Amino acid sequence: MNALTPFLPTIAALVKIGLLVGGLMTAAAYLVLVERWMAAWVQDRKGPNRVGIPLTKIRLFGLGQPMADGLKIIMKEDFTPRHVDKVLYTVAPLVILAASLAIFAAIPFGSVLPPLGIPGLPDPVPFLVAPGLDVGVLWVFALSSIAVYGVLLGGWASNNKYGFLGGLRSSAQLVAYEIPLGLGLLGVVLAAGSLKLDAIMNAQAESGIWYAFAQPLGFLVFFVASFAEAARLPFDLPEAEQELVGGYHTEYSGIKLLLFLVAEFLHMVTAAFLIVIMFLGGWHLWGVTGSGQEVTWLGALVRFGVLSAKIFGVILFFMLVRWSWPRFRFDQLMNLAWKVMLPLGIANLVTVATIEEFRPQLVAALGAGPAAAIALAAPWAVFFLGWIAAGMLTPSGTDNTPIRTHTMLDAERSLRGQDLVEV
Amino acid sequence: MKPTDAAVTWIEEKPLGLAERLYLPLFVQGLTTTARHLVSPKVTVSYPEQRPKVGNPLIYRGVHRLNRDTEGRVKCVACFLCATACPAHCIDIVATDSPWPDREKYPESFAIDELRCIFCGMCEEACPVDAIELTSLLDLTGKSREEMIFDKEKLLSVYDMTKDSEPMKSASLGGTL
Repeated sequence: MNALTPFLPTIAALVKIGLLVGGLMTAAAYLVLVERWMAAWVQDRKGPNRVGIPLTKIRLFGLGQPMADGLKIIMKEDFTPRHVDKVLYTVAPLVILAASLAIFAAIPFGSVLPPLGIPGLPDPVPFLVAPGLDVGVLWVFALSSIAVYGVLLGGWASNNKYGFLGGLRSSAQLVAYEIPLGLGLLGVVLAAGSLKLDAIMNAQAESGIWYAFAQPLGFLVFFVASFAEAARLPFDLPEAEQELVGGYHTEYSGIKLLLFLVAEFLHMVTAAFLIVIMFLGGWHLWGVTGSGQEVTWLGALVRFGVLSAKIFGVILFFMLVRWSWPRFRFDQLMNLAWKVMLPLGIANLVTVATIEEFRPQLVAALGAGPAAAIALAAPWAVFFLGWIAAGMLTPSGTDNTPIRTHTMLDAERSLRGQDLVEV
Repeated sequence: MKPTDAAVTWIEEKPLGLAERLYLPLFVQGLTTTARHLVSPKVTVSYPEQRPKVGNPLIYRGVHRLNRDTEGRVKCVACFLCATACPAHCIDIVATDSPWPDREKYPESFAIDELRCIFCGMCEEACPVDAIELTSLLDLTGKSREEMIFDKEKLLSVYDMTKDSEPMKSASLGGTL
C-alpha cells in the first residue's frame, strides 16, 4: 500500500481516462442510433428497431444497431486512393479523434465523489481527469481548434476537389465562429472569475442563477456558434453531401471514415458539455442537488445524473434542429458570424463587464436585493435591444432579386449601381 | 428564355415581416412542426409482421389465378386470347379437346412465367370467360427460376386460396358473371 501511494493519483487518473474514453466511445455509437431514430421519427418513420441480441430473435428496440453498424464499417475495405498524400491521409483521422478525446481531460463530467479516505488522493475526488488544470477553458478551446487541423489535413491530403473545398469551408467557418464562441465564453469567465470549468459550475450552483439567465445574449451567441463549431446543420457546410459529396471525408472509407464520424459526434458532445457547464448550471438543479462541495454517494450520483440528463437534452435539441432548419448558404454563414454574432457577442461582453465592474457600488447604493435585480434585468434589456436591432437592420440580409433589364445597357447600368429602367 | 422576354412574368418577393426579421420566432415555428412530427403516429408498415394495406384488392394487379366454375372445373376454354394479348409473352398454353360437353377445348397445361410477367393485367382484360385474374398477392418469392413458372395446378390453388377474400369479377366490375 505504501509503495503504491505515490502512484495513486496516476492510477486514479488512468481509471478516469478509461471510464471517460469508454463511455464517450459508447455514447458516440449510441448517439448515432439516437440520431437515426430522431431522423426517422421526425419523418414519420419508425427507424432502426430490428437489431437486438445476435443469433436470437430478441430485438430490444434496435439497441444492437450500433454494434452492427460498427462491425460493418470496420469490416469494410480500408481503401487508400493512389493520388493521396499517404502520410497526411493516415494522420488526419487520428489527429481529429485524438484532439476531440483530449478535450475531455479538462471537462468535468460530474461534481465530486465523497472523500474516499485513501491517503495520497485529493479529497473529495473530482469527476475530472486533470483536476489541477487552472486553464481548463483555454485547454478546451485550444484543442477544439486543433481538431480543425484534422479536417484540413483530411481535405488537403485527399487531393480531391470536393475534399479540398470541404477543408477550406471548414477552416473559414471555424475561424469565423470561434470569435463569437470566445466572446460568449468571456462573459461567463468574467462573471465566474475563473477559467476552471468546475469553478464555473460551482459559481452557478452557489448563486442559483445559471448564466443562461444572467447572460441571455451570451447564451444565444454561444449556442449558435457551437452549432457552427460542431459543424452541425444548419452550419454543416464543410461536409454538405449535396454540394461536396461528403466534403473533407469524400475519399475516406472503412475505419478511417469511422474515426472521422466518431470525432464529429464527439464535437457535438463537447459542445453540449460546454453549453451545459457554462450556461445551464452543470450538475446544479434547484432543490434537487444542493450546491455545496460536501456530498454523499447518493448526492454525487444525482449530480452526475442531472448533468448527463441536461447534456442529453441539449444533444436531442441539436438533433431536432438538424431536421428543422435548412443549411445556410456560405455568404449567409459569414454574414451571420461577422455582422450579427460578433456585435451581439461584444454587446454581451460589455454589459457583463460593466455590471461586474460596478456591482460593489450598486450594492452599496441600493442594497443587495435591488442590485441583484438590476444585474439580472440589464442583460435581458440588452438581449432584446440587440436582438431587435439585429433583426431590423438585417445586416445578414442578401439581395436575391435577379437582374431584370431590357437591354444590355440597362444591365451594365445595374451592375454599376445606377437606376434600373422600369420593366 | 431570356429574362427580358415579354412572356416572363416577374413576381415580386414579399418584404420580410417583423417575425421573419427577428428570425427566432419562425425558427420556433419550424421547431414546433418538427416536434409535432416527432411524436405523431408513424406510417411505416413493419413488413413482414404487418401486411401492407392494398387499396382495392379487386383491381390490384398481383399474382395470377385461374378461376374455377361452379362445378370446380377450370373455367379456361384455351382460346389463347390472353397469350396473344400478353406483351411479355409469358403465358404458355397447350390446348386439347375438352372432356366436357359445354366447350370445345380446355387447357391441358397452362403455365405463366411469373418472372417474365410485367403484371400489366392485359390477360385479364382479354379473357372472354373471366378465367384468368390478377389477385392482390404482392409478395411473390421463389428459390429457383423453375419454381417461378406457375403451372395450371398452382394457378388453380391460388384461386382456392383467394376465392373467399377476392370474389370473381362480377358484372358490376365489368365481368361477364
